[in-house]
Amino acid sequence: MSSHEDTYEPKGRVSKWMDERLPIARMMHGQFVDFPTPRNLNYLWTFGGILTFCLVVQIASGIVLAMHYIPAESMAFDSVQHIKRDVNYGWLIQPLHAVGASMFFIAVYIHIFRGLYYGSYKEPREVLWILGVLIFLVMMATGFLGYTLPWGQMSFWGVTVITNLFSSLDEVIPGLGTAVVTWLWGGYSVSGATLTRFFSLHYLLPFVLCGLVALHIWALHVAGQNNPTGLDIKTKSDSLPMSPYAVSKDLFALSVFIMLFAWFVFFAPDYLGHADNYIPANALVTPAHIVPEWYFLPFYAILRAIPSKLGGVIAMFGAIAVLAFVPWLDTSRVRSARYRPYFKWFFWLFAFTCLALGYLGSLPAEGIYVMWARIFTAYYFAFFLLVMPFLSLWETPTQMPGSISEAVLGKGSK
Amino acid sequence: MEGSLASDADEPTRRDFLTLAGPAFFAVGGAMTVWPFVHQMNPDAGALALASVEVDLAPVEEGQAITIMWRGKPVFIRHRTKKEIDEARDVKLTNLPDPQSDTARTKAGHEKWLVLVGICTHLGCIPKGQSLGDVKGDYEGWFCPCHGSHYDNSGRIRKGPAPRNLEVPPYQFQSDTQIKIG
Ligand code: HEM
Ligand code: FES
Repeated sequence: MSSHEDTYEPKGRVSKWMDERLPIARMMHGQFVDFPTPRNLNYLWTFGGILTFCLVVQIASGIVLAMHYIPAESMAFDSVQHIKRDVNYGWLIQPLHAVGASMFFIAVYIHIFRGLYYGSYKEPREVLWILGVLIFLVMMATGFLGYTLPWGQMSFWGVTVITNLFSSLDEVIPGLGTAVVTWLWGGYSVSGATLTRFFSLHYLLPFVLCGLVALHIWALHVAGQNNPTGLDIKTKSDSLPMSPYAVSKDLFALSVFIMLFAWFVFFAPDYLGHADNYIPANALVTPAHIVPEWYFLPFYAILRAIPSKLGGVIAMFGAIAVLAFVPWLDTSRVRSARYRPYFKWFFWLFAFTCLALGYLGSLPAEGIYVMWARIFTAYYFAFFLLVMPFLSLWETPTQMPGSISEAVLGKGSK
Repeated sequence: MEGSLASDADEPTRRDFLTLAGPAFFAVGGAMTVWPFVHQMNPDAGALALASVEVDLAPVEEGQAITIMWRGKPVFIRHRTKKEIDEARDVKLTNLPDPQSDTARTKAGHEKWLVLVGICTHLGCIPKGQSLGDVKGDYEGWFCPCHGSHYDNSGRIRKGPAPRNLEVPPYQFQSDTQIKIG
């Protein structure tokens, strides 16, 4: 971990005794109180803390749900309704979990776009970034598995469509895809066997996330935080101790986030879900229009934009995998888009593309929508595979400040 | 280390054997232990036992269709009209994404009966077309609303993202009006 001043003073006999045996309090103090943070962090840097909060909320509410939920084909749907109606405070805790998943994804998307804009993935933060991509993947898996559990029509058909993606492997080795899908289902169709294993894995993955998050924060505290200028901390005046400065900013942002979260929980708990999920799963009737949860829509649009089954699956997974290579795809030596006059616009076009793909993913895959989905899919990949590697060849970065302090306090300051 | 003496290097020793055999045992043993943990997820004995059903076709009138469950999947059985059979046979195979003749998809002597797994070969939705009021798609067979696949009245894919024809399950005629699926 980067070296900095250690102001930890164990007070009292117990803390002194402990400090000589397991100096965990000293470590926490060093990492979360004394730790130097760039003095110019803006509110986009508060989402890491918000994400940690989300993970805690999901685990706490999830453990409560698991006390009342029954992962059996005939009872799953009713048990969720029972939680919402009969269990003491179930009306509060169930929406906390269901809305919490959406809030988690809102935060993670802001967090990822922040990283892309300010070049946070660049040297020396490559491993930190890749751990982030893994966290995103495991989060998506967890959300997908969890959405199965209420066992409504959208749950059932969502799982059917998504697990069937693997059947495209039949086009590579005949029979392989079918074997993989049968293995995932534990039968010849999505059934109670599928539900039980998904529940088991849904309970497991958040703890895998905890491990990944610990590594992510460790890697962050080795490299130190990036900041809006993308410049490194060079002098003491470029930084401030994490507590109370960054911590109080984090807590303020978190409070605002919690207000939004609470608004959904109390006033619109079903707004982000689908009405079809209030119909119990029925293996004989497919809903007229199957859509995944909103946070998967851009990827779903990419899947449907490609006119071949295997091709669509490859594009969809490729859209996530490409993120892991960003540290090496982007050849610019300037981190922050603030000083990259053209990259900035390509970035905003990319952000718009993701929103547009999300919107198209929610519409039926017909006519003009498919064409637009193809155009945006093309740009999605072009951003990573053309703009990132080649733009820097002719883009001239604008004048950068000499240091973080200069950016904040103006020239002449040290 | 003693083991690094020149004379030892020439001939394999017991230690060389053990350093190879040890990891080899761990690797093989490890792989053998992993298999039960993987295979437990495959269909269990109960799911396999449900693997066949018998269906009485007598009540199904010409032009009607029924849906029954086999291995947790819907199976479409359609009693086709003469016109539908002729149409299905007249299609040029070169016009089909997954070329297969109508005769290859029915049993000889029982061509009026079309038996299909009612699951879209794209991503597994259940196509519309079994009920009278359903949209049947551009080819008078089935239409999958999920991503727009059109099947003809032989269950063959004609238009849309599905790669293959609707699957014909293994089945036998036990009498003229009774079949066993699976
Ligand atoms: C990364 C963390 C997690 C995410 C993103 C997540 C996501 C989800 C989602 C989207 C649902 C469906 C809610 C609905 O539409 O009604 C769900 C349900 C459920 N989750 Fe989680 N979850 C997480 C952690 C956990 C944990 C740690 C547990 C248990 C210890 C858990 C237990 C459950 C249970 C029992 C249900 C079914 C009840 C219900 O539908 O509300 N979850 N989860
Ligand atoms: S599942 Fe039928 S068209 Fe996609």
